[in-house]
Amino acid sequence: MTRLFTLLLLFLSAGPTPAGSIYQSPEDFLNEVFAGEVPAAQVLWLKDDVRETSTAIMGHRYPAIRVRYWLKDARSAWILEEIGKEQPITTGIVIKNHGIERLRVLVFRESRGWEVKHPFFTDQFPGLGITPAYELDGPVDGVSGATLSVRALKKLARLALYFHSQVVTDHDATQ
Amino acid sequence: MNNPIVHSVLLAASMTLATATTAAQQPTPEHMWENIQSQQKEIEALKRSQQDTAKQAADADEKAEAAVVAVEETSTGSRGNRADRTTIGGYGELHYNNIEGADDEIDLHRFVLFFGHKFTDNIRFFSEFEIEHDVAGEGQPGEVEVEQAYVEFDIRDGLQAKGGVFLLPIGILNETHEPDTFYGVERNDVENIIIPATWWAGGAALTGQHANGVSWDLAIHEGLKIDSTGGSNPFRVRSGRQKTGEAIANDFAVTGRLRYTGIPGLELAASLQYQTDASQTSGDGLDKGVLYETHAVYQKGPFGLRALYAEWDFDGTAVTTAGADEQKGWYIEPSFKVHDKLGLYTRYEDIEGGRSQDMFDQWEVGLNFWPHKQVVIKADYRDRELDNNTDFSAFDLGIGYQF
Repeated sequence: MTRLFTLLLLFLSAGPTPAGSIYQSPEDFLNEVFAGEVPAAQVLWLKDDVRETSTAIMGHRYPAIRVRYWLKDARSAWILEEIGKEQPITTGIVIKNHGIERLRVLVFRESRGWEVKHPFFTDQFPGLGITPAYELDGPVDGVSGATLSVRALKKLARLALYFHSQVVTDHDATQ
Repeated sequence: MNNPIVHSVLLAASMTLATATTAAQQPTPEHMWENIQSQQKEIEALKRSQQDTAKQAADADEKAEAAVVAVEETSTGSRGNRADRTTIGGYGELHYNNIEGADDEIDLHRFVLFFGHKFTDNIRFFSEFEIEHDVAGEGQPGEVEVEQAYVEFDIRDGLQAKGGVFLLPIGILNETHEPDTFYGVERNDVENIIIPATWWAGGAALTGQHANGVSWDLAIHEGLKIDSTGGSNPFRVRSGRQKTGEAIANDFAVTGRLRYTGIPGLELAASLQYQTDASQTSGDGLDKGVLYETHAVYQKGPFGLRALYAEWDFDGTAVTTAGADEQKGWYIEPSFKVHDKLGLYTRYEDIEGGRSQDMFDQWEVGLNFWPHKQVVIKADYRDRELDNNTDFSAFDLGIGYQF
């Protein structure tokens, strides 16, 4: 009887609650990145070479025909999504001087791989750039049991770095 | 003609004539008014035309934007669609085993399909449907199994509860065993004989995660029903799994785990399981059982290391008399990734199980080749030294995938 009661208690404690997977809204992320002065969104169309390279980076066609970005003083912010195992992970990435300034998981919907949403994992990304072969130019250690979520974030980091290179030239970056 | 008077007369006459001519060419005020009215109409018509053009351009922009949004929604799938909320995945592995002193075998060891469904952002279903050894049925080698079928609830951020059939939180492979994620064609033997992976049970569980990388699990679930009657597999833990098929639930079991993954590349974990009565039969000489397990996983750059220790302690006169009251094993597995697509490993295992064939130590070496990150081709060689001196070596090949 005690065992049954324990079982029931476990089930009853699991009532529906507000969603807990949104860690920062994209709007709040942009406000934080641009200190409240968010520039107007611009659009990068995914066509021709951009489509081809983004597909190579992701391992599949990025599911959009254009991507919005926010650019100010050669510093760009991107809100990108990739599925880890089952659900999209929404990630905010800021690029400056062709390197990652910050990477933050904004919405995490997966039931596994929770570690990747925390700073002890995402703190590995700032400072990383991209090689001519569109690989990250430094190591990112994985998390046991979260292989697919780790892989998703690494792909998004590479994609943001590549997109940035398409909208900010070296000349812009040194201005 | 140089007379100044004559000059003056001629000048006056010409000026008079010019003035008269100009007056005759100028429009009348009425004519000018008509011109102004006409020009005003033309200006207004031009303005209207310009406004129409601007409006048409704005309408066209709006329509183009709507079309782009529609295409984006179609291509990305708007969250909330049934198709977007239901997910399918799977994995599988084919093995070739060449074991000394036995027939060679080729075996579709596992074919697995995952089905998941998200009812809301906070309530989801997950299942794992598996066919082992390709053909199931009477007299066939295979089995059809539902290894997972549970509903999970988010209680709050970092705290979930689930009820149903789920994988027990013990060991390295029990919860994550897709073939591309581990070395070796066959899974290691400690997590087969001592921890009977894949090990699932029906019950309820709580899971918590913390921002510092610490997580915990607590589950209450069906217990083992280990044979204590002296049959073909006495006191064999693996044969005691009830697999939630009309499982006897007179005596539940409880499993807890503490896990740390706060440093990328590192996992440290310890699990403890308490079986109230590991045979589900009182007074049969096999009573309570406790499983202790701890492991470490470390991956830094190309270097990897896995190590695990697990031990069962059973109470009861019959199990003690049979010498199976303590069953334990450990392994260590260093590995090295030559590059992204090729990894080498070696593994040493030492096992003292409940049967004579489950008491051995074994060396294994092999490689994984990943032509794609989720597809793997494996090869290994193992050399087993049994306590009863029926030693053998084996060569294995495998191909596996997950999606």
